[in-house]
Amino acid sequence: MTTRTLSYAQAIREAHAQLLQSDERVFVLGQGVWSPWYAGTSLHDIDKEFGRERIIDSPVAENATTGAAVGAALAGMRPIVFHPRMDFMFLAIDPIVNQAANWSYMFEGRIGVPIVIRAVINRGGEQAAQHSQAVHSWFMHVPGLKVVMPATPYDAKGLLMAAVADGNPVIYIDDRWLYSDEGPVPEEMYTVPIAVADVRRVGRDVTIVAASFMAREAVKAAADLAARGVDAEVIDLRSIKPWDRSLVLDSVERTGRLVIADSGWTTAGIGAEIAATVVAERLHSLKAPIARVSLPDVPAPMSRSLEQVYYKSAADITATVLELLSR
Amino acid sequence: MSNDDKPPLGLLRRMHRTMVLIRQCEERIAELCDSGEVRCPCHLCIGQEAVAAGVCSAITDADYLWGGHRSHGHYLAKGGDLRALIAEVLGRATGCAGGRGGSMHLIAQEVGILGTVPLVAATIPLAVGAALAAKLRRERRVSVAFFGDGATEEGHFHESLNLAALHRLPVVFVCENNLYASHLHLTERRLVDNLDRSGDLHGVPGERVDGNDVVTVYDAAVRAVQRAQRGEGPTLLECRTFRWRGHVGPAMDLDVGIRRRDDLAAWRERDPIASAAGHLLEAGATEIELEHVTKEVQAVIDDAVDFARNSPFPAPESLLDHVYYRPETR
Repeated sequence: MTTRTLSYAQAIREAHAQLLQSDERVFVLGQGVWSPWYAGTSLHDIDKEFGRERIIDSPVAENATTGAAVGAALAGMRPIVFHPRMDFMFLAIDPIVNQAANWSYMFEGRIGVPIVIRAVINRGGEQAAQHSQAVHSWFMHVPGLKVVMPATPYDAKGLLMAAVADGNPVIYIDDRWLYSDEGPVPEEMYTVPIAVADVRRVGRDVTIVAASFMAREAVKAAADLAARGVDAEVIDLRSIKPWDRSLVLDSVERTGRLVIADSGWTTAGIGAEIAATVVAERLHSLKAPIARVSLPDVPAPMSRSLEQVYYKSAADITATVLELLSR
Repeated sequence: MSNDDKPPLGLLRRMHRTMVLIRQCEERIAELCDSGEVRCPCHLCIGQEAVAAGVCSAITDADYLWGGHRSHGHYLAKGGDLRALIAEVLGRATGCAGGRGGSMHLIAQEVGILGTVPLVAATIPLAVGAALAAKLRRERRVSVAFFGDGATEEGHFHESLNLAALHRLPVVFVCENNLYASHLHLTERRLVDNLDRSGDLHGVPGERVDGNDVVTVYDAAVRAVQRAQRGEGPTLLECRTFRWRGHVGPAMDLDVGIRRRDDLAAWRERDPIASAAGHLLEAGATEIELEHVTKEVQAVIDDAVDFARNSPFPAPESLLDHVYYRPETR
């Protein structure tokens, strides 16, 4: 395999291009797919390369657009629907939750909905409550959906390829805060398996489970902690539904301590589900309470002074781990 | 219309039989609801049979059909298997959805029904998407969306009209205006009686037709299908009709709305099956032939009910199956 260094956004674009090139059933539909305002460089000039018949910038109609993609998928296509912000995707909940997620079960597996619903988390910059939400954990609740959240350029490409190949509705969530991160990406097509987490760092003292942007922060925090003599294991979930239970449980069994870092709200978030599972399955391995690093249960604020205390980063993870170890 | 413009006798016969099949099938389902044998909610289309029969006679198995909660008629008119319908309504493993869907979830992929679901207006954008798929693949298929007048109040509907018009997609939007959305009459939900004009702002031509006359419906559907096939885009048909039974279940719902009792009496005078029979007799069919259709259909329905009753319920251990689609198991 030939591997180059690509940014996260370039990796997403390359995955789209190779999928469009290799499978005529693939097309892209959504708001802003012709515009760098919405997709950043992640779809740069993709309409010029593949034509505007297959790269369809849509009217401001999340519901019909997503529903149309569900219908096209049922009719045998492999659509990738683009929502430039998760906030906007709320207007498409019916086709996602009532329709796509239930379809296979309702019809006894006679037909699937091979759709990828790409949702961008796009926070910060004083955008405030309706342009900043990260609600990935909502979709963990729904049977029939799969939810992936790549944190690295490698996973960004491989998980998009896996999502399109899967044959089920997959919510693919990328975070604009990761777009300029760089990493090795093979030139060839490859898939990263859904529901398989990645151990980003092996450690003995504490397990940090994280996803997406917070996985990047967890890796930074682990380096910080190492300098302070704490050996942290970092698990990048990559998929939050289904999530890699055995990898997390095995790790906690070894380290006895668990911190879950998530870019969503605390209540009923990723951390709640993982903590409940660990308590149910590995209570006696735990040497300390489980801690969560996630957003307070308040809407995203605007002013920079508030944003600074609202969003979490590596420093918060480090502080939480140190606090846990001091108990 | 001169006699020369009438559909041929064979087509009239097929449409009439389809309507009789829908009517008698639903009357049997109503009995099974009354007796408690059917427990899932059934939304009957008795009185509206001409819409399904007329539209489905204008399309082929390759064309897509999308429906809603009241879709027994659409399923049968498109050629869905009767045994699989009755078995589904009775919750059996041999049902078209394996007993996981019931009356409101019908599927018959072999004739272009990729699933009907009850959320009002939900399949309208899906129909648009199937048409988009056909267009991208350069196929000649059309996609027909059946929905009620209530669905025209949903945002799905308006967004879908615009999207389909913008891309000139081969969609036929068929609104079966039976004047009631659940318990509310059209006049209680809409200031102006003009839903046939819903597409005007989006560039979707609309036509209001007598939904109780199968020939009128068929003619309008042929025009809309041909327009779609020519690549000229979607059409909205408002088929005026009336459901004889209530919103759900076998009752007549005469307590709903002050005028419903009088309305029902008037609409029963315009029975779509009597109208279809009139067309047939005019075209040369005999009364004996019509009686034969009734008997023949009854036997087919009896067989389907027997089949369903003798079918097993889904195995309890299958509860967790099919949450995710696994093509290799199909």
